[in-house]
Parts: sequence; C-alpha cells; structure tokens
Amino acid sequence: MGKKNLLSLLILSIVVMILPLIINNPYYLSILIFVGIYSLITIGLSLLMGYAGQISLGQAAFFGLGAYTSGILTTKFALSPWIALIIAIFVTAGVAFLIGIPALKLKGHYLAMATLAFGQIIFIIFNQEITYTGGPSGFGQIPYFKLGKFMLDSDFRYYYFVWIIVLITLTLSLNLIHSRVGRALRSIHGGEITANIMGVNTARYKIDVFVLSAVYASIAGSLYAHFVTFLSPGTFGFSFSIALLTMVAVGGMASVWGAIMGTALLTILPEFLRIFHDYDILIYGSTLLFIMILLPEGFFIGLFNLIRKGNLPQSHLLKKLLETRR
Amino acid sequence: MTRKTKVATGVVAAIVVALLLVVSFSVWCAALKPYKVGAVFAITGGASWLGEPERNTVKMIEENVNAAGGINGHPLQVIVEDTVGDETKAVTAVKKLIERDKVLAIIGPSRSGTTLAVIPIVQRAKVPLISCAAAEAIVIPVKQWVFKTPQKDSDAVIRIYEYMREHGISKVAIITGTTGFGDQGRKQLKKMAPDYGITIVADETYGPKDTDMTVQLTKIKGTKAQAVINWSIVPAQAIVVKNMRQLGMTIPLFQSHGFGNIKYVQAAGKAAEGIIFPAGRLLAVDTLPNDNPQKEVLSRYKKEYEAKYGESVSTFGGHAWDALHLVILALRAVGPDRAKIRNFIENVKGFVGTGGIFNYSPDDHTGLTKEAFEMLTVKNGKFVVLK
Amino acid sequence: MSLGSQILQYLFTGITVGSIYGMVALGFNIIYNSTGIINLAQGEFVMLGGMIMISLTTTFKLPLPLGFLISVLLVTMIGAAFERLAIHPLKNPSVITLIIITVAGSILFKGGAMFLWGKGTFTLPAFSGEKPIFILGATILPQTLWILGIMGIVVLLLTLFFSFTQAGKAMKACAVNREAANLMGINVKVMVLFSFALSAAIGAVAGIIIAPISLMDYNRGTMLAVKGFCAAVLGGLGSNLGAITAGFIIGIMESLGAGFISSGYKDAIALVVLLVVLFVKPSGILGNKERSQLKKF
Repeated sequence: MGKKNLLSLLILSIVVMILPLIINNPYYLSILIFVGIYSLITIGLSLLMGYAGQISLGQAAFFGLGAYTSGILTTKFALSPWIALIIAIFVTAGVAFLIGIPALKLKGHYLAMATLAFGQIIFIIFNQEITYTGGPSGFGQIPYFKLGKFMLDSDFRYYYFVWIIVLITLTLSLNLIHSRVGRALRSIHGGEITANIMGVNTARYKIDVFVLSAVYASIAGSLYAHFVTFLSPGTFGFSFSIALLTMVAVGGMASVWGAIMGTALLTILPEFLRIFHDYDILIYGSTLLFIMILLPEGFFIGLFNLIRKGNLPQSHLLKKLLETRR
Repeated sequence: MTRKTKVATGVVAAIVVALLLVVSFSVWCAALKPYKVGAVFAITGGASWLGEPERNTVKMIEENVNAAGGINGHPLQVIVEDTVGDETKAVTAVKKLIERDKVLAIIGPSRSGTTLAVIPIVQRAKVPLISCAAAEAIVIPVKQWVFKTPQKDSDAVIRIYEYMREHGISKVAIITGTTGFGDQGRKQLKKMAPDYGITIVADETYGPKDTDMTVQLTKIKGTKAQAVINWSIVPAQAIVVKNMRQLGMTIPLFQSHGFGNIKYVQAAGKAAEGIIFPAGRLLAVDTLPNDNPQKEVLSRYKKEYEAKYGESVSTFGGHAWDALHLVILALRAVGPDRAKIRNFIENVKGFVGTGGIFNYSPDDHTGLTKEAFEMLTVKNGKFVVLK
Repeated sequence: MSLGSQILQYLFTGITVGSIYGMVALGFNIIYNSTGIINLAQGEFVMLGGMIMISLTTTFKLPLPLGFLISVLLVTMIGAAFERLAIHPLKNPSVITLIIITVAGSILFKGGAMFLWGKGTFTLPAFSGEKPIFILGATILPQTLWILGIMGIVVLLLTLFFSFTQAGKAMKACAVNREAANLMGINVKVMVLFSFALSAAIGAVAGIIIAPISLMDYNRGTMLAVKGFCAAVLGGLGSNLGAITAGFIIGIMESLGAGFISSGYKDAIALVVLLVVLFVKPSGILGNKERSQLKKF
C-alpha cells in the first residue's frame, strides 16, 4: 500500500469516526449505513471490473444470497447472526466458485449475459421457494446483531459497526491491489493472452477475484438483512445490479476509492432529489448522463484529473484503461 | 459594472434577502404551527398505479382541509415521500419523516412488503402508522402503533368462496401474480378452500411483466375447473382476461379486489364483461341504494377526485382517504400528540370511510369485517353491484 | 383439450412471445455491430413506439397505417437525437461508459414517458379484430400473424439494406472492422448515428405490433430489453438470423417450461438453457467464434 493510500485511509477513518458526532440524526445515519453496505459490494465490483476487467450484471444476486442465508438461518433455524454471517459467506463463495468456473471463460457481453442470467435465476428462486423465502411477500423479524451485551439495534451503533467493516475491507483490498495478485489482475485487464504467455494463471486469478467480490457482496447482504430486518426479492433484482454497476462507473472504475465515492454520490443524491418529487427521476437521469458525457473516466477521477490537468501524469491504471478503449 | 458597484449590489441584494427572510419568518410564526402528517407511497416504479391515486387523494384532502380553516386553526401539512415500491427507500423515507420532519403520524406505505419493512422503525420511534396495504401480516399479530385501512384478503376470499358455494362451484383453478399481493392471496385461497368444500384443481402463477398467459390458461382448460380465480394487483391481470377469451374459455372468471381500477376493465375490453369480484363500494357508488350509510361519503369523494384530476377514482386512493381522515379525526380530538393519536384511533367506532365502516379495537387494527366487501361485476364496461 | 392441441397451443404462445424477443434482439444487434456496445435503452424504444402509436390512434384518431408511420418516424428521430446528444460528443469512450450512458438514457426516456402518459396501462386495438383462429383445437390471434408477417418484412428489408445499399454495406464494414472501415473512407461516426436511428425504428415497430397483445405502460421496456438481450446473446451477438432463431427458442422454451414443469420457474428454465448453451458454445448458437474473440469487448 502506497503512502498516498495510507494517508487517504487515515483521513477517511477520521471522517467516518467523527461524522456521527456532528450529524447525530438517525435519518442521515441510516443513509450513511446504506452507503457503507453498498460500498462493500462496489469495492468488490471495482476489483472485478476495474482491475481484472470482468463485468458482472449479477452482483445483486450475491448480495441477495448473503441476505437471504442470514435471514433464513436466524429466523427459521434460530442461529446467531454471527454464525449466519459466516455460513452465508461460505454459501455465496461456493455458488460464486461453481458459477465462476464456466462463466469466466466467457468474454465481454457474453460474460455479462451469463452473470445476468445467473442473477435472474437466483431472483426467481427467491420468489418461488416460498417455504423458506416467504416468496414475493418476503419475510421479516430478522434479529439484530449482538456484540456481547450490546445490541446493535440503533442507527448510531450500526453505523460504526458497518463502517469499521468497510474500513477493514478497504484496507485488505488496497493491500491486495498492491500485491502480486493485484499486478496479475491488472495484467489480465491489459490483455489476457499476453498475461497468459507471461506465465500468469489468468483463469485462477479471475475466479479468485470473482469469488472475493461475491464474498464482499455476501457480507453486505448479511449487514443489510440484520439492519432492515425484512427481506423481499424486489431488493435484489436486475435493476439493483445495474445500479451497482453505475455506482462503480460514476466513481471511476479503476479505483476502489472511486467506487466508494460513486456509491456515496448515487445513494445520497436521490435523497436530495426528494424535494423535486416526481421530477427526481428526470433529474437523476440527466445528472448521470452529464457525468458520463463530461467526465467519462468517472466523476471523481475525472474531476481530479481536470483540476490537476497537465501537472499529473495520468496514473498507470488509467492508462491501462485508456488502452482498452474500443 | 465596476468592481465597486458589483460589491455594492451584492451587499444590497444580501440585505434585501435577509429582510425578506425575517419578514416571512415572523409572518409564519404568527399563524398557528401546522400539523405535520407524513405519507409514504409508491408514486413511481412498478407499483405506481397504487401510489399515484393515493398521493393525489391526500393532496386533495390537504387542500380542502386548509381551505376550510385547517384543524382547530392549525393548517394541515401532508409531507409525501416516494418509496418507488422499494423497501430500502421506504425505510429511509420513513426515517426522514420521523427524524427530520417530526411528523405526528404516517400514512402508507402502499405495498405490503414496504409496510412490513418499516414496522420495526415506527414501533421503536412510537409513531402511529396507518398502512394502505392489504396483507394481514401487517396487523396480525397486532402491533401497538400500526393500523391499516384496506379490507382483509381473507375476507375477500370468504366472499368469493361463499358465492361459489351458493352457486354450486366446487372445483376451481387459481392463477395468481408473483407479487406480494398475489402471493398473499394465493396463500389465503389455498388455506381456506377446504372450509368451503372447494378443491383447487390448478395453481398457476405469472410474473408482473409477462406478456402472455395462454400457457397457464391452457393448462387450466385441460382440468375440470368450474371457475377461475385470477388474484393479482398488477396491470398484467388484464391480459389473463383477454387470453381466456382467446382460448374460448367460458367458465366464470373471479378476480380479487386488486381488480378495482376501471383502467383494467378498459385494458381488457369486451373480455372483461361478467367478471365477478369482491371490492369496496366506491367503485359502484352510482348503483348503490340511497340508504346505504356509505353512499354520501363515497359520492363526495368520487365527485371531488374526478373533478380535480380528471380520472376515475380507484379503491387504492380510497384507502389513503380513510387513513388520512382517521388521522385528521384524531388530531381534531386530541391535538398533536403521537401517543394520544394512537390511542384515539384504536378506539374509533363507526367511522364511515370509503372502504367500509371502521370499528377499531385493541385486538383489531383493521377495523373492517367481510361486510365491507360488496360483490361487483362488470357490465357494459362499468362496475355494478352484482345482484 | 387433448395433449396434442395443448402442445400446439404452447408452441403458438412460444412463437408469439418469441417473435417479440427476436424483434428486440434485432435492435440490439444493429447498435452492437457498429459500436460494440449493448444499448440498454433498447427496451425504451419499444415502449415509446407502442405508447406513441396508442396516443396517435386512440387520442388523435389517426388511421392505423398513418399512425404506424408517424410513430416509427418519431422514435427514429428520438434514437438519432439520443446518439447526437449523448453518444456523439464523446471523444474516445470506453465500452462501460457507453453502456452506463444508455442506462441513463433509459432512465430519462422512462421518466419522460411517465410525465407524458402518466402511470396507467394502455391498450391498442388489434389490427384486424380479436377473433381467435382455431387450428387443431389450439387458437392463435390474428395479431400474432401480423407480428410474424411484419417481422418477416423487417428481416427481409434489413437483409436487402445490408447487402445492396451503400449505407448498409458501409455499416456492415464497420461491424467487421471499425479502423479498417475508417481508413477506407467510411465515416464511422455517421454510421453510428445510422445504427441508432435504425434500431430505434425497429424497436418502435416491435412496440407497435405487440401493444395489442401485451398492453403498454411507461415501465414495460426493461423486461423486454432483458429478454431481447438474452435472445441477442444466445443467437450470437451481431447475427440477425441468430437473433430471430434465439428469440423463438427462448419463447418456446418458456411456454413449454410453463406448460410442463412450472409457470413460476418458466423464466428460470429458459435462462438455465441459455447458460448451458453459452458454457458449451461461448459465442452463441450462430455467433462467429473468431470474430467474437477479436472484439475488444
């Protein structure tokens, strides 16, 4: 991990820790909790897309698998949320591994389609297996996490819980990017055939990062289930997969920092747009369109480059990304 | 403009704005503080046909109440939020209403799923919630702060099954939409069939975005079903009606109270003639006898709504009408106190709403019985009371 | 109803639904061929076609053929305008950027439609009555014949366009190799504009002919787009014949699945088949393996 990342991590940690003391309002906190939960998924997605160059339109399904496994195990089988969280991770990782082996042999839009199909199948299973999932009506009364005698049931407590997990995940991911594995992943993005010839076991690294992104999504799912305490299939459909993709793209794909900022922007923006009532959909759509047209590298990376144009040679990753343009 | 004049205009503008703010603030303080009521509806997204009439209805009531001098002199302010029919959005919307807007009570959400998702929040924050969604899980078991205005699914099922028993129908096919509403109906239909000597010979489903249901109906056609029950709230239910006609099926078609929107009849065209379904009396108000206790309330709501928005009323908007009027009633009686409002609503008796005559009690937060339903049918493209 | 006529009925339904998927898939292909991107706003073109047609014929009482022409023309212009305003200004965009732009476009189209037409569901009277035609105990609606006929004409016109006109050949050249096409003096950017206009037109046609069967509302587009994308990929991206074939295969799979296995799992059955086909033949049924490997995305 470079010095710059370490510094950014430190700043983010301080901001995260102080923020609730300034805005101790459950409404704002719960929005920030959702930002944290979704960030976990988008960090994983950015590793998969930005670094390994693989697209997934089914990430909502892994999120859902985590949430449903957690929810079902705690309500129907009375397990502790902690154990449920861990079992959910293994279940999701297993599914991701099995689907990843054949799927990651596909390229581009074919891979996108395969992940979309997988996501839809999981969505249909949530709807149909009524005995366990409650079907389209969903099910509730999922218990909260408990830390010793400390019930994680208030927004204030849950905020810290979620964001500490996000910070840990972020640290691990930054370490990963700057390790051997990270370099291997980037070589896949740069050109898979070349990477293969250079002796990188591309297939294995691709599966590894796919499973890792699924695990992040699964943890996010469990965190969601024990926060909202009610699950129904609608939350985990195709449109959420697209929304996640959009968050990563808006933030700037080739950076986990971008992923977090994109997530924050697109989760908080609709709350601001509430004052526009029905018009929010038009404003949201146009904002998205303008960001992508004006700053196609992503909002934050684009802004960053715009401000420091000329001074800063574009980062290595950005260059890689530019080379892979059509 | 020189730099100096620029600065000067800026200063002047700032002073003017500040003065305006002060003046408007003092004017605002002079009037009595408004009573804030929150509303969360699925105004956009896949369930917008529910949220739209609900939003229109509460906005209309807000205007009328304020034009008539408000509630005990306090203006009524209804703050409407959109859930997009999504649980996550509903959770943040309800938290916003409670924590930022400090509302006295919340009406909605429109859908059962979103209601179940926000129940833990209002229970903890101790804010009365009057849901406009149908599922019985909302009020069974009774939750202290949660009420609902739509009639119970099970009562609709009872009305249909009673009618079938009277007319000697014992074998039915059910076809339900895969949404919360359709799913709840399917569960009730299957659970209660044995009590009425009814066998379900086919159990089919369809997705809310499906474009063709002839396959499911072909399967039903191959059974000995004497009638079909199509239980759904999504527009796709009109396709089922059309497809039945296409396949030349002549057995009677029953629908749920989710059919209570004249647009579905228009979408199904001629094929909708003769459909039988239980619904609140709002839809057939013109064919109600004059001595019906609901007649006055229903005609007034229908007239006002249709004059203002130029579209037909639906029972869904009626659920919001009932919910908001309950809150207004409570505010008039007990003033701005969440706990008192809750206690008041729990003891409301004989409140004449659009959905029926409400009698709430500590064990019953629905307030309606199966008598709230009337069996309706479609005749010449209109809803009429079945005779 | 005998088993034979039941199966026949399932097939009829599958063909009806499948032809819709195939039409949407055609639209995907045309844009994919000239830009390499998947236009996620394709479903909205279909929706707009249907909605505009309904307005023109029921509110403005235009005769069907005239309404048809004007609707297609309007949606074509919308497609072209979208390309000019949102795709054209970009200098050197990545595939993901373009896909997200089409997502934003679909949100905007959906929002616009919501304001114009409201949230209700609308229906278009069938072109030639709703009296079903009975064949061996199964029924088919006259509208299905219209759908199949018009689809046939569209495919024929497309084939003629791509084989015999200057513009068509140029577009085909772009699909094979953009850089080479550019070097040969073909204005690739104009071809991208053409492709958006053309696929918007095809989407509009699809929306108009299916509206009497499927009903229309502002929110109809997404699901049609997902199904159409399935068909386009299963058929092998870029292959028009593949798109139509795959559309039929998915439609028939769904209706047989619903008929013999479970109506709740019908979509899943079709998707599982799709996954298996992709895993066995990674570039679709009629896709070209070498060509798809050369594509950057």
